[in-house]
Amino acid sequence: MSLRTPLSKVKGLGPAKEGASHWWNQRLTAIALIPLALWFSFSIALLAVADYATVSAWIASPFSTVLMILAICVGFYHGYLGLQVIIEDYISNEALKIGLLIGVGLLALLFATLGVVSVLKISFGA
Amino acid sequence: MANINRPTSPHLQIYRLPLTAKMSISHRASGVLLSAGLVLTVLFLSALAGGQSSWASAQGFLSSGFGQLILFVFTLVLNYHLCNGIRHLFWDVGCGYSLEAADLANKVVLGAAAGLTLLVWIMALAA
Repeated sequence: MSLRTPLSKVKGLGPAKEGASHWWNQRLTAIALIPLALWFSFSIALLAVADYATVSAWIASPFSTVLMILAICVGFYHGYLGLQVIIEDYISNEALKIGLLIGVGLLALLFATLGVVSVLKISFGA
Repeated sequence: MANINRPTSPHLQIYRLPLTAKMSISHRASGVLLSAGLVLTVLFLSALAGGQSSWASAQGFLSSGFGQLILFVFTLVLNYHLCNGIRHLFWDVGCGYSLEAADLANKVVLGAAAGLTLLVWIMALAA
């Protein structure tokens, strides 16, 4: 005999009430990050030591602007999902766990926004 | 305590982790490092958005020996997480669970990560 209600079986969301969406989003962003990471690691190796005119002209090209914004947004989301799992796995103090989850989420949002605004400022303002 | 020599649970302090287990925990550790690296990247982007003089000091740091070391380690960690992540995607669809396949994938992932990092830096330095 199962203690699960027929409704919970139909919904299929499990005890965490979100089904497989966390797992699925982590994999979806992982796949998106395969080409982005290859492009990104080559770009930073090439450009980190270049002068202002070179780097800003490179960021300002539509191709780089789009890829950089995608890398920042998808990267921070993927990173947040991963850090969330690590915090949930290793932090047993409930108050600390909730606090860290909120803090990491807000910081990811803050830095992702800072990154996107910086890229847009370089692209449109330079 | 009838049988002291019975097999016990693998306590992390005394259990010698196999390579597959070391690479599994390294995947998490590299993910944490990459999150920090992404924050650093954004800080350098905002230095670039700040104009010529703020980029000049960022560029000065990145060109220094310490800055170059950070960049190299960042690309190495990124390529490791990338290659090992692709192996995780294979696991997700049910491929590569035998011991032989896992042992082989360990070597492929480590080799690909090192090779990709070398390739990136050779291309960057040649360009």
